[in-house]
Amino acid sequence: MKSSAEVFDRIASRLSDREGEVAVSHGILVANLAPGGVLAAARLLRDELGFDVFLDVTAVDWPGQDPRFEVVWHFYSTSHKVRVRVKTRVPESNPSVPSLTPLYGSAAFMERECHEMYGIGFEGNADLRPLLLYEGFVGHPLRKDYPKEREQPLVAYRPGFELGERG
Amino acid sequence: MAAGPRIANPVRSAFAPGERDDTVVVSIGPSHPATHGTIQIFAELSGERVIRADVHCGYLHRGFEKECEAHTWHNCIPYMDRLNYCSPLINDFAYCDAVERLMGVEITRRAVVLRTLLSEYSRLCDHITCIAASLMELGAMTAFLYMVMIRDYMYEHIAALTGARVTHSYGRIGGLARDLPPGWLERLEEILVQYDDFVGRVHGLVDRNRIFIDRMRDVGVLSQADALSYGYTGPMLRSTGLALDLRKDTPYLAYPELDFEVPVGIKGDNYDRYYVRMREMDESVHMIRQCVEMLEPGPINVDDRRCSFPEKPLVYGEIESLINHFKLVMEGPKVPAGEIYVAHEGANGELGFYLVSTGEGTPYKVHCRAPSFVHMGGAHKMLEGYQLADLVPTFGSINMIGGECDR
Repeated sequence: MKSSAEVFDRIASRLSDREGEVAVSHGILVANLAPGGVLAAARLLRDELGFDVFLDVTAVDWPGQDPRFEVVWHFYSTSHKVRVRVKTRVPESNPSVPSLTPLYGSAAFMERECHEMYGIGFEGNADLRPLLLYEGFVGHPLRKDYPKEREQPLVAYRPGFELGERG
Repeated sequence: MAAGPRIANPVRSAFAPGERDDTVVVSIGPSHPATHGTIQIFAELSGERVIRADVHCGYLHRGFEKECEAHTWHNCIPYMDRLNYCSPLINDFAYCDAVERLMGVEITRRAVVLRTLLSEYSRLCDHITCIAASLMELGAMTAFLYMVMIRDYMYEHIAALTGARVTHSYGRIGGLARDLPPGWLERLEEILVQYDDFVGRVHGLVDRNRIFIDRMRDVGVLSQADALSYGYTGPMLRSTGLALDLRKDTPYLAYPELDFEVPVGIKGDNYDRYYVRMREMDESVHMIRQCVEMLEPGPINVDDRRCSFPEKPLVYGEIESLINHFKLVMEGPKVPAGEIYVAHEGANGELGFYLVSTGEGTPYKVHCRAPSFVHMGGAHKMLEGYQLADLVPTFGSINMIGGECDR
């Protein structure tokens, strides 16, 4: 088995062909790519570099910055036993990234969660129904401008039991 | 009545009833007595065979990640217990490890060994719960009572250490909440001896039991390719024959020093998942005994004022420690700006924490990569094509924990 540094070097040389910055941070190779390059990079990771497990997708909200959202993917390779993080930035006006559902089955569920929590669109994922939240939920709760106290009860409170005009 | 929103169905199934006239769509859950776990499964049945399944989770969603953003790094720890409440200590330690690595803190030797020991003890509890509950759902009440009895000894034993049966809040950034009480290790050995006895009885009762085999063998089969594609990890993936174990592959805590095997299954059916967990429990016991041997006296918290609380006599005796204590409680430990992903081998699979810090005492973002949630994304693969009654043992063998699935 090669050391993780050698593996990282090889992956970095392949990924940096795609006009992105690649660096190692806390034992994970981090690639900053343009939104358009994510699907091709994921395909390269899966088909040629042995990253067979798609671990996770989430987003980070940076209000006031442009582009506002950072979308973060994590991959794991069962052969090299290392992880890669792919990041991209998308603007608030069009928070859209390509879906990884053509490559990984696990993407379907995780993209649904990221979509409802941050409002990130995943082009190519036709099934973005609410998952942890419910039908008719308004807003994206993990965005920084969503107040923690806001309540959206599905069933109205009984008179006298309202918790006040919060949120 | 006050005017409120219309009472609507909170979920929408991927397929509507009546699309086909030879099938019937049934909704199972979210609170069905035959499935442990608050989850809703829409199953399209042809006769008694499930031809399509749509799994819905989220009924236990409580805004874990949002809530963490409003608490200090320390104050998030009790929320970690409530992720996988069958093995809360593993969650605690994984989160603390992530924060410590971000801060560049190296915990003491005794804390490393104790965390390893307690992680394995927690895994033992978790697997016992999973197997006991799945056996009970198949009618094996005796095996259930044997195992839950042992689990209750363990819960009370851990309560003697942490103060709580289930939600321990025992991890601390930079170490542990408190050291072992007197006699704790002796009681541990007593429980492990009893565990060996009773788990042997369970092996004798069910391993070659015809009813058990008929319900478990070749039911809920998951291929290795599907398991990888759907992001399965932990015992679920190992039951398909792939020896992926973060304790071996990405060593952390004291695992590189321990001697243990990674049991794998053959075909990824319910029986393999049962057997992999049973074997893993034996490996955990083996590891716990090794950790007891390795345990040496010493401090359990690092001497680092950025994260560890000063001793109480110092807090009351000198102004620097008082201010230090005050700052840690009110503002939280200042974690250097950056991001990190740290994963531990949870009882169900890869339990990862993705943390983002901006240098404040509260996290900017805490994201938990929960194995149960990922497993639910591929659960339909194990349900489709089997009888409706097979849903119960298959779902039991996935060991979905609502707390970490829905967060």
